[in-house]
Amino acid sequence: MTDYEHYEAVVVGCGPGGATAAKTLAEQGVETLVLERGTDAGAKNVSGGLLYGEQSAPYTFDDVFPGVRAEATERPVDDHYIHNIAGDTVKTFDLGKLHHHDTEWCDSVLRRTMDSWVAERVHEATRETGGGVLTDVHVNGLLREGGQIVGVTSEELDPIRADVIVAADGVNSELARDAGLMDWEEPEEWFQGVKAVVEMHPETINERFGLEEDEGDAHLFSGDLFDGVRGGGFLYTNESSLSIGTVFHLDSIADSGAEPHELLDSLLTHPLLEQWFDGEYHEREYSAKLVPDSKKVAHPSPHRGRLLLVGDAAGQMQAQGPVIKGMNHAVTAGGLAAEAIMEAKARGNPRSAGDLYEQKLYDEGVMAKLRPRRYRATHALSESDLVTGVGSRLLDSPVGTAGLKLFGGLLERAYNSPYLLGMIPDTRLTYVDVPTRIGEVLGTRVVDESEIDPPELDDRIGDLTYDVDDPHIELLDDSFEASGTAVTACPVSASGFGGGCYREETVTTNGTEEKKVSLDTQPCVECGTCAVVADTKWEHPGGGKGVEFEDG
Amino acid sequence: MHMVTLTKGVPDFREGKVSFDEEGHLERGKTPTVMNPNDKIALQAALQAKVRVGGRVSLMSMGPPGYKEVLQEGMEDVYADDLYLLSDREMGAADTWATAMTISTGLAMFDEEPDLIFAGFKTADGETGHTGPQTNWCIDINDELTDRPIITHVISLDIDEEERTVRAKRLVEGDISEIETVEADLPAFIVTDPEFEPSYRRAEYRLRYKDLREDAEERAEALDPEEDITVWDHEDLNLDPDFIGLDGSPTIVAGVDPIPKGPDEREATMIDPSDDSEMDSVFQELAAYAGGD
Ligand SMILES: Cc1cc2nc3c(=O)[nH]c(=O)nc-3n(C[C@H](O)[C@H](O)[C@H](O)COP(=O)(O)OP(=O)(O)OC[C@H]3O[C@@H](n4cnc5c(N)ncnc54)[C@H](O)[C@@H]3O)c2cc1C
Ligand code: SF4
Repeated sequence: MTDYEHYEAVVVGCGPGGATAAKTLAEQGVETLVLERGTDAGAKNVSGGLLYGEQSAPYTFDDVFPGVRAEATERPVDDHYIHNIAGDTVKTFDLGKLHHHDTEWCDSVLRRTMDSWVAERVHEATRETGGGVLTDVHVNGLLREGGQIVGVTSEELDPIRADVIVAADGVNSELARDAGLMDWEEPEEWFQGVKAVVEMHPETINERFGLEEDEGDAHLFSGDLFDGVRGGGFLYTNESSLSIGTVFHLDSIADSGAEPHELLDSLLTHPLLEQWFDGEYHEREYSAKLVPDSKKVAHPSPHRGRLLLVGDAAGQMQAQGPVIKGMNHAVTAGGLAAEAIMEAKARGNPRSAGDLYEQKLYDEGVMAKLRPRRYRATHALSESDLVTGVGSRLLDSPVGTAGLKLFGGLLERAYNSPYLLGMIPDTRLTYVDVPTRIGEVLGTRVVDESEIDPPELDDRIGDLTYDVDDPHIELLDDSFEASGTAVTACPVSASGFGGGCYREETVTTNGTEEKKVSLDTQPCVECGTCAVVADTKWEHPGGGKGVEFEDG
Repeated sequence: MHMVTLTKGVPDFREGKVSFDEEGHLERGKTPTVMNPNDKIALQAALQAKVRVGGRVSLMSMGPPGYKEVLQEGMEDVYADDLYLLSDREMGAADTWATAMTISTGLAMFDEEPDLIFAGFKTADGETGHTGPQTNWCIDINDELTDRPIITHVISLDIDEEERTVRAKRLVEGDISEIETVEADLPAFIVTDPEFEPSYRRAEYRLRYKDLREDAEERAEALDPEEDITVWDHEDLNLDPDFIGLDGSPTIVAGVDPIPKGPDEREATMIDPSDDSEMDSVFQELAAYAGGD
């Protein structure tokens, strides 16, 4: 046996899932090593982000990290609205009931600030056990012996053995893929999130949103402003900035050929937002990342041998209608994984940790939230073309219009029902047609005109910080058929734009012209999109290399 | 294991820090003094040794009292367990020979003789590259210190504590394209090359490195230069003033010639590269220099 280092537990990734698992393990004296690829925990992470502390959850972030809300989150968010948009008419529904359902607290967060604060606490706790947090380490695979998973490998360190490995390495988890537990094949299983952090003075925020100090707002946007692409927009107030972004079904982005940065601009320049911008716009950061859709990918049995997957790595990201909940579930899963590991250890059978973890995910109701039975039962019918077609004709008909007028109040209640949202179908009807008709029929016209001019893609890339390394993505098939979708779907590429990652090229060979795709990973924001929509060999960059987000 | 790193203060030559007068002479008073950058690399090597095999890292310099800040900088930016300054008027204006003499005597002051002495490659101001090897030569002639092999241009280092050996990769003649691996017994003298890269391939090393860095930063911040830096003058070292400082320096600087600057304006003839006859005239013009004159 090679003389590799050994730890009782190795946790890969120091986002909410990994941090919770590691801190919980360390508090029980388990020797825990955390490996994080960012140069700082949070330097790679992007979320909207509203962090929920759910009443029903066995773990909340402030239980695990006392003081996190006071020290490292942005603003407590109490009010939540959804704006149904048709052109410049808007009908706003209050989502307060949904927001407060099962909610102990909810804070807006910026990931660099929060994750790095948390990582310090994790380091203190794990150091006591002989482990600790190491940044700048990119774990690139599982160490196996005799076909069994026994540890992890990385570029920066010699292989490390562990009794148990917690893969909390987020969406595009290389460990989950290596273990054969997740693949990156189907665009239907993912959302793509794109976000801008916009600078705004705290007092200006308070004034324009009608808030007191230490109060925050959440706004969601849906309707016809996104060219029919299925998804929507969000705006959350931070301490001294706004997080504004879009989340779309990746298959819809891919099929429509829409440019993600332009969809974001459609939101930013909608006249509704002018009441908050008042002609001023200073973008601090542009970022993007894939988001798993738990309804489709939450792994029913997220473990193999000594490996346990938590959070996005296991697809545990819940889209509760328009509300996105990933961080809270990663926290819960991290806590449950740690519990399972300790119980298995106490029973003298560390190998049983995976089964125990799975059991806990079901017993604590986590799986029921992630993969609602209602969705499974109804989606085959509700997502069928027939139902969608009939629904959309009905909406346009005088009967549908009259119905909307009559039942406007009822609709607002429907939007606030976690039960109904659990079975909301993934169709254009629900994401685009219904909100648009609501906006049209019930909405009022916005009087403002947008006066802002968001930065060009070139400038957005130019403003990011990169530590460029060797290319981390390899294009396996450069034909347009195989990989052309990435030219538009990549959030830092665009057709006709030469400064991004993916470019369309026309190559003439022996007189015949062929459309090809070329790739330059330098401006990559590591969102993961092209791992799914193009034919690539996809890895994250080496430890500490690649893009570094300041806000996230 | 006791490691001692030698260092010196140099003018901060970085853009925006360094100040020259109208004649191009360095204005020392206006230019801050910093730790010689190559010495930080040597200190990194000492820290790597501590991380991997444990022990104590001392940082030593010879110079004016102001060099206390240099030592503090080394502790803050890299690491040191303790700081030593050899300093008094008699030591002033020393050349590399007198410096080596003084430092080797300082090295003999420790209760625990250094197993490894580290020096950086060249100082940013003197550029001689002599002090390290000369110090080792002075160690050889010092009865209180054990003779030791010197390995220069070191780019990586491994210590085998049990065998009491050190294995180093070094650039032959300082050439990056030729690397040899050498092994020597401890105690030894190491001169690091600017290409030296500390390597921590075990998680436990990186964790220990992180602990040590944090600890050193905290100690450097709280440092009281009067209390926490050991200062030895020539009497402490029992050195004859005639053999140190200016009096002990055989080197005589006859004069300093500034590097001539290019003229502000030059005559230029514009050539159209697509015009063959014009290009031909360029070749004619250059042909005269083709012999290397
Ligand atoms: C635009 C957008 C909006 C969102 N909005 C919300 C929201 O409002 N509320 C909400 O709850 N969720 C939201 N989410 C989802 C949420 O961000 C994730 O569900 C959550 O971050 C998952 O946490 P995690 O700990 O599983 O993974 P992550 O937070 O992604 O953490 C993974 C960690 O692992 C590290 N890592 C990855 N690979 C490796 C490797 N190979 N080696 C070492 N380290 C590695 C990463 O650097 C990172 O630190 C949003 C996501 C996006 C993109
Ligand atoms: S190259 Fe791929 S991973 Fe990088 S930003 Fe573009 S789509 Fe995302």
